[in-house]
Amino acid sequence: MLHGEAWTVKELFVYPNEYIYWTIQIVMYPFLTGLVAGAFVLSSLYHVFGVTKLKEIARFSLVFSFALLPCAPMPLLLHLQQPQRNLNVLMTPHFTSAIAAFGIVFLTYGMIVASELWFVYRGYFVTTARELRLKPNRTLSETFLMGLYSILVMGAWDVSHHALEQDERAVKILAAVGIPVACFLHGYAGFIFGSVKANALWMTPLMPVIFICSAVVSGIALCILTYVITMELRKLIIAWRWKENPSLPSPGELGGVETQVVTMTSRYLIMFLILAITLELLDLIFRGYTAVKSWDILRSVIYGKDFTSIFILQYGLGNLVPFILFLMPGLTVRRAVVGTVLVLFGVFMMRWNVVIGGQAFSASFAGFMHYHMPIWPHDMETFKEGLFGALMVGSIPFALFWLLSRIFPIFDLKEPH
Amino acid sequence: MNRREFLKRSMVVVAGMAVPAAALHLIDPKQLLAAKPELRWAFLVDAYKCVGCGFCVKACKLENEVPYEANVSRTWVERYVVKKDGEVLIDSPKAARDGFTTKKIEVGEGKFREVKDEEIEKAFFVPKLCNQCENPPCVQVCPVGATYATADGVVLVDRKWCIGCGYCIMGCPYGVRFFHPVHKTAEKCNFCYHRITKGMKSACVDACPFGARQIGNLRDPDDPVTKVIMTERVGILKEEYGTKPQVYYIGLSKEVR
Repeated sequence: MLHGEAWTVKELFVYPNEYIYWTIQIVMYPFLTGLVAGAFVLSSLYHVFGVTKLKEIARFSLVFSFALLPCAPMPLLLHLQQPQRNLNVLMTPHFTSAIAAFGIVFLTYGMIVASELWFVYRGYFVTTARELRLKPNRTLSETFLMGLYSILVMGAWDVSHHALEQDERAVKILAAVGIPVACFLHGYAGFIFGSVKANALWMTPLMPVIFICSAVVSGIALCILTYVITMELRKLIIAWRWKENPSLPSPGELGGVETQVVTMTSRYLIMFLILAITLELLDLIFRGYTAVKSWDILRSVIYGKDFTSIFILQYGLGNLVPFILFLMPGLTVRRAVVGTVLVLFGVFMMRWNVVIGGQAFSASFAGFMHYHMPIWPHDMETFKEGLFGALMVGSIPFALFWLLSRIFPIFDLKEPH
Repeated sequence: MNRREFLKRSMVVVAGMAVPAAALHLIDPKQLLAAKPELRWAFLVDAYKCVGCGFCVKACKLENEVPYEANVSRTWVERYVVKKDGEVLIDSPKAARDGFTTKKIEVGEGKFREVKDEEIEKAFFVPKLCNQCENPPCVQVCPVGATYATADGVVLVDRKWCIGCGYCIMGCPYGVRFFHPVHKTAEKCNFCYHRITKGMKSACVDACPFGARQIGNLRDPDDPVTKVIMTERVGILKEEYGTKPQVYYIGLSKEVR
């Protein structure tokens, strides 16, 4: 079976070799990269610009960004026809190619996030490791944590006031450096598409900027959503434990979701949402106004074939409805949750409409191609490039986040000073 | 060695290892055999002569081991039917591997349309193949350099190095690239490089009974192909992309996509 033949349906005249080669995994790639970049920008708002009200969600989103990070290249790996050769990109990078620098940018960014995380948690590692060391009868997991923290400290055991202050300064610098790198990471994901001159829909210099704005939107939305969910889950778990052992603090004492954190964060979300929509509409109007050769086929795709997924699902359900939800006075947590889910859906649809929509018409400008996403896989390929492959890639960050939150506590962090 | 020193030294080692092999310029294909300044391959297609028999497609598939039944091909022939009302119908069933055996025109998978003879203004065939661009977007976008241009003007794919990302397929405005169903790497026409470098003609040229396809050397002023390209009015495909194709057409019509 040919690559692409299983899910492509052709209509009118399409060149014989044309198929939908970039499928759901390539939709997932900018979506996940966007979440990484967005979550990081959110955490930087506190560290760099000193928005103290975001302190709690800042630490949360930093850990989340780190959990999302290894998942961003996963869809790329999954869609490669020769995945075992992926290291070739690092061995012989061909720098005229927009993807060639991916490994380098990605690793740089990963190191920035990792070191920032280390500086944020170093004090905690030291105090916890010391405490555990003094504890007479440790459980197995406590011994493991003690060992892990002792290694993670990397010999820097100094927790004097001065040392911790220096940590904070380092965090600030790293966060500041991280913002442009995060924007670069994602802007250049947009560049990968925007620079393909053979594709009439992708070919626009606005693509990187549009990608950055929607990335921040999706990152913030996911952080709000996960924050609310984890807080609620935590409340449930505590309530359950409290029933077993009433000596523990009651759920009421610990408190749940802070409405103020949610409203404050959603204000930033709205800001970037406006920016993203403006740019996207500008792009659309500009294409219609200049109406170059490709406009005929683009128009029939945008206003015809893809009308539902662009105007109803992306702009309507994914942008307009959450916009109204967030701007209506008296924002509640519940409303914010509905809003963020819709925003995430909207950004996903935007990626979908770019990647799949860009392949919906033939380079001959005389025919169309439709992607029928494989639902039930019947071989490895239809699994990878279908619904379950995407779900797998999409769920790994959450598993990683849970795992990381065992090591980097997000809520009960004892302030070392 | 103290810790600071250790860290310093290991950073130097890591930085040194990070210098990519490509930066060292170990192998430059230009310095290999292909570097003959007196050679620049070009292709000439005479659309007036093509009858759409599909022998070229068949020969190409057999010569280059592209699975016969697979719905991809390094070369193909398009049929254009321009109606009196201005409507243009185009098709290339199975890349025209078996020629055009029916008057019905394919308009999508398995669906056909019939056009009455009296409605037709003109009809013709156009063979297509890789344009071996002087400014090839596929070479530009390949992240690992598996697609490269030789000095004699042919774009080649290294099957052992291609990672199969599909970026070159996306980057080609002519839609000539595809994934080889067996090797799972990017595939395209290379003017039968294994033949032309031995003094033979490419398989499709040899197979064409009407001389609609010809290959020649642009740097040789006495080459019949070069003479036609230099002295007659020839056209190229999709000039607006700035790729500078090296496949020239005689009898190119404005309807050709």
